[in-house]
Amino acid sequence: MQKIIEGKAYVLGNNIDTDQIIPAERLVYSLSDPEEKKNYGRYALSGVPAPAAGLPDGNHAFVKEGGHRSEYAIIIGGKNFGCGSSREHAPACLQIAGIQAVIAESYARIFYRNSVDGGFFIPLETTTPLIDEIRTGDRLSVDIGAGTVTNVSAKRQYPLKPLGDVLEILEAGNIFEYAKKAGMLPKDSCNEFGNTSSP
Amino acid sequence: MGMTLTEKILSAHAGGKSVRPGDNVWVDVDVLMTHDVCGPGTIGIFKQQFGKNARVWDREKVVIIPDHYIFTSDPHARRNLEILRDFVKEQGLPYFYDAGTRNYKGVCHLALAQEGHDRPGEVLFGTDSHTCTSGAFGMFSTGIGNTDAAFILGTGKLWVKVPETMYFEFNGTFPPYIMAKDIILQVIGDIGVDGATYRTMEWGGDAIAKLSMEERMTLCNMAIEGGGKNAVIEADDTTLNYVRQRTQKPYTVHRSDKDANYCFKKIYNAGAMEPVVAKPHSPDNKALVKECQGVRLDRSYIGSCTGGKITDFKAAAQLLKGKTVKIDTFIIPATKEVEEDLHKEKIGGQSLMDIFKNAGAHLGPPSCAACLGGPQDTFGRTQAEEVVISTTNRNFPGRMGSKKSQVYLASPYTAAASALTGRITDPREFL
Repeated sequence: MQKIIEGKAYVLGNNIDTDQIIPAERLVYSLSDPEEKKNYGRYALSGVPAPAAGLPDGNHAFVKEGGHRSEYAIIIGGKNFGCGSSREHAPACLQIAGIQAVIAESYARIFYRNSVDGGFFIPLETTTPLIDEIRTGDRLSVDIGAGTVTNVSAKRQYPLKPLGDVLEILEAGNIFEYAKKAGMLPKDSCNEFGNTSSP
Repeated sequence: MGMTLTEKILSAHAGGKSVRPGDNVWVDVDVLMTHDVCGPGTIGIFKQQFGKNARVWDREKVVIIPDHYIFTSDPHARRNLEILRDFVKEQGLPYFYDAGTRNYKGVCHLALAQEGHDRPGEVLFGTDSHTCTSGAFGMFSTGIGNTDAAFILGTGKLWVKVPETMYFEFNGTFPPYIMAKDIILQVIGDIGVDGATYRTMEWGGDAIAKLSMEERMTLCNMAIEGGGKNAVIEADDTTLNYVRQRTQKPYTVHRSDKDANYCFKKIYNAGAMEPVVAKPHSPDNKALVKECQGVRLDRSYIGSCTGGKITDFKAAAQLLKGKTVKIDTFIIPATKEVEEDLHKEKIGGQSLMDIFKNAGAHLGPPSCAACLGGPQDTFGRTQAEEVVISTTNRNFPGRMGSKKSQVYLASPYTAAASALTGRITDPREFL
């Protein structure tokens, strides 16, 4: 797991649902095919209404027309980030667009779980809302070990909540690697594992 | 200290050890359900992690129900159905309800119940956030992503954080114009879209005990709209009568202990409930129907896992019989069984199907249809600035297709009454 994450912030509001993160009509693309899955980066956050896209001003494209990578590395969100659907395409599309961390006041449960178990990025929480403190485009530096996020542009620092139970999974990489460490899955190769009836 | 129904089910599936809220436990999975939107991704991760020749942990416990993008010409959506077919063939899976065959069912949450996959006391995971619907059967059920589903496919297990339980008790009798949709929209309005995050929503009281299985499913379906991990209602005679007609498999009925610990309790007087809507663009944006009376509509949409069951259409038909709709009205049965029942069920000698046709409604084939927008050619999808009253479960920006459309969530009664006037209308005007 990356301990220091640096990059530009993209700021969103409260209750950013998975239909805004990746609209349902886009869920048809393959997540296995390396070329086809670029579509998820291309359409990441395409459901966010323009006035709310990149606060406080809005109307900031998350991914430039025709591309699939974003200039932003960190998303700042409000309460209940990722509410709605269980579509794993939501955390996946953010990763494909280049997001390395989301920092929100709180998360919807399934989105949070998917982010951790799939190892897409680090979902961090703050004790105080940051959506009015940080502007889209501000340069941020996240220090996981120290538990802080610094707004380099505004020279201000904020504490992050400890990652708690999910830290072990994030450090392992994803739920499969974690299960291998925990002895739930064979460590070497699990190619034959699916043939057996119990671990 | 006793345990809640949810704690007991998780305990029984974690080797029988006592569990407490906050514990992380590995549970044995009874059923894994997936569909056409998340199945292909799940299969991809399963193969990547367990090898291309890997077999699923238990063929009897995997249920695949294509339902989202069925009646579309979208080439990627059609390709995704082929991926499911190839996997089912390769693995020899017995429970596959394939599109375009006599086995096709429709919306997974109702199909699970109708095909006997919902059984009291069991643990069911599905790659769909509304999997919490199955909690109506006194079981633990919740939505997961592709990665977790792939993990289950290979191992039959998943880690779960044991949730705290919130208890919602309704006493007395609901008025005849109140439906489960009014109840859940009222509760979500009270607790907010994140009021039940990481928690169980347990429903009880004598008013809940009088509800049909269909109405109970609507209540549990929308627990996710309050952020809930799962919803649950204790199995009773109504549950067992439904289950026994649909499966011979054994099951276990668990009940919450009298001294179980709840993190929240709220008691409602069922008789005092009023019809409500959720205004755009959030399921907790609650208002009484009478407060929105007169809002002009372009469309009424009656369908989906929360609004496309036979009880929903009986309610709608009661109001639409012998009348003509004033706005575009879409009727989409959730499953084939519901569609067949539209022909069989009659009011005053007329089938529900005829009532809807005579009222001028547009009838679509069973599937998720425009509940979540979907490909451009999806039946009932919004394309512009439509104002819609809908029996579906979400009204996020762009949820039904167009980012410019506005969706009011409401009961089938309210959606039907509003279809007759072209404005948001209290169903009591027609009942």
